[in-house]
Amino acid sequence: MAMASPPQSATSERDLRLDLFRGLALWLIFLDHIPQNIVNWITIRNYGFSDATEIFIFISGYTAAFVYGRTMRERGFVLASARILRRAWQIYVAHIFLFTIFMAEIAYVAATFENPLYAEEMKILDFLKQPDITIFQALLLKFKPVNMDVLPLYIVLLLLFPPMLFLLLRHPNVALGGSALVYAFAWRLDWNLPAYPNGVWFFNPFAWQLLFVFGAWCALGGAQKLGVVLRSNAVLAVAIAYLVFAFLVTLTWHVESLDRFVPGWLADWMYPIDKTNLDVLRFAHFLALAAVTVRFVPRHWPGLKSPILWPAIVCGQHSLEVFCLGVFLAFAGQFVIAESSGGPLLQMAISVLGIILMVATAYLVSWYKGIEGRSPLARVKSPDADLAGGEA
Amino acid sequence: MTFVLAVLAAIAFAGGAVAAESQPPSCDVPDRLIPAENDLTHVGAEVKDRHRLDITVVGSGSSALAGPDGARFAYPAQLEQALKERLPGVEIKVTAHVPSRQTTADMAAAMPKILADDHPALVIWQAGTVDALRGVEPEDFRNSLDQGLDAIAAAGADVVMMNMQYSPRTESMLSVAPFADVMHWVAEQRGVLLFDRLGIMHYWSDEGTFDLYAATTGYAMARRVHECIGRALASQIINAAHLDAAKMQTTR
Repeated sequence: MAMASPPQSATSERDLRLDLFRGLALWLIFLDHIPQNIVNWITIRNYGFSDATEIFIFISGYTAAFVYGRTMRERGFVLASARILRRAWQIYVAHIFLFTIFMAEIAYVAATFENPLYAEEMKILDFLKQPDITIFQALLLKFKPVNMDVLPLYIVLLLLFPPMLFLLLRHPNVALGGSALVYAFAWRLDWNLPAYPNGVWFFNPFAWQLLFVFGAWCALGGAQKLGVVLRSNAVLAVAIAYLVFAFLVTLTWHVESLDRFVPGWLADWMYPIDKTNLDVLRFAHFLALAAVTVRFVPRHWPGLKSPILWPAIVCGQHSLEVFCLGVFLAFAGQFVIAESSGGPLLQMAISVLGIILMVATAYLVSWYKGIEGRSPLARVKSPDADLAGGEA
Repeated sequence: MTFVLAVLAAIAFAGGAVAAESQPPSCDVPDRLIPAENDLTHVGAEVKDRHRLDITVVGSGSSALAGPDGARFAYPAQLEQALKERLPGVEIKVTAHVPSRQTTADMAAAMPKILADDHPALVIWQAGTVDALRGVEPEDFRNSLDQGLDAIAAAGADVVMMNMQYSPRTESMLSVAPFADVMHWVAEQRGVLLFDRLGIMHYWSDEGTFDLYAATTGYAMARRVHECIGRALASQIINAAHLDAAKMQTTR
């Protein structure tokens, strides 16, 4: 602990706000992934430009830097890199597992569903006729079924993280500047990774890395540097004004008759708000949300210890397991709704049940890691960064 | 006496209920789902001045129906039928160019020739499904739409764009939302009408008008859905071109 790094002491204790909001983001991602679900009206994407994905990626960057940054400082570049890459491998395996479940669902639908009304839509199942190509493309992360885009993004971000973390620890502002430059080039030169059978990645890693690196930068002392800005009332006012603006614009998407209140010049300038390339408006919306949140939910807010928020916090602490379960439950929920032509009551029941299962699983994982001595709470006693690696 | 009246009333009521039940369920669409705020000026002029209306449908497989006599039951023919019923005395002709597997880029490329051949007053342009199937980039999709809409405008025709079908059973595999968003924005920006097939079919599904989850090899439901789409589309055209019956009387 000879490192002369002032933010070290401030960040050595786990910030429960990160777990809380990552847990909430995981719930929202689950709800959003059931398209027919009436409950997804409550999710934040309906009230502004950004959605749970931004929260998830930012916090993932933050925790990755928090955990592996410490390893890199204390045990060196090689060990930290090895742990980051092992984490990327775990996520890859999880992704392929989800892909298998998805294939099972598709194969079932292909075998049982038929309706002349949807002759054209059913051609999406044609890829089952050439599993030799499809499965290879999936292993290469080029073929990604609907709603299975986040984990591949996360994998790529982690693969590139060791050198980025190295730079962040030495010249954080240079690293963040470089990240912003890559983002700008991605927009300017249309950088993206190719997808199969056509097109590009739904979440452009060259664009979304900015949010991940920004999260990492905040974890490594950036948040303290921003403290003055975040405490200013002017910034708070601007952030709130922008959130209100975004809310009003989003309202016009849902209420057709309000469309005409968006002036043509504004629509021309604003649309489309690009999710693939992390539109600046989305990024700004996330920043505004974050600025308002840290203002009203301070780090040592007693509510973070309350049992009401515990379910979200425990989910946030085991994000990979809960994320994968959420994707699976969304598939399963969708399947049940489709098979039973279910109404709003069933959708609500599935949403609630899904979240309960996510919490129960998170608790189970927490209990298991606890008895194995790998829980994040046990870390204080045994400062083995590996255990925390499981939570990055 | 009152007893007899009551019995008669009950019989009349029951009879009415039976009659209502034997009708197919209504598939009327609320006005908010078929907005008509953009005028179809060419359509209006053609109908009022020349008492005729030539419509060309450009689309892909979801604008057609397979099975015996499919073309007669698909929405282009149903649109023609509905317009003939609602605009008596006007010569209506709907021509469909709907080979399956056409992307929007294919259709935009074919558009000038179709326009030159048909000389329509109105083009119904159904797009998006095949682009979603093929994973076309939304940006390219948008450019193709612009290209086709430019060609239609240059040919002096009105246009109504039509988006995808609501297909809940394939929703977890085929993501049409990004393409629907692009169409919405393009319609907004260029001030052209969009027939929101996705929203309308979603509404029917929510209302229980159709069970769009149902697995069936029969054509009955598919035909009925196309018929309802044809009618809703006819309503949108009539509203947007201000062709309601009262006005027709005065102009004739």
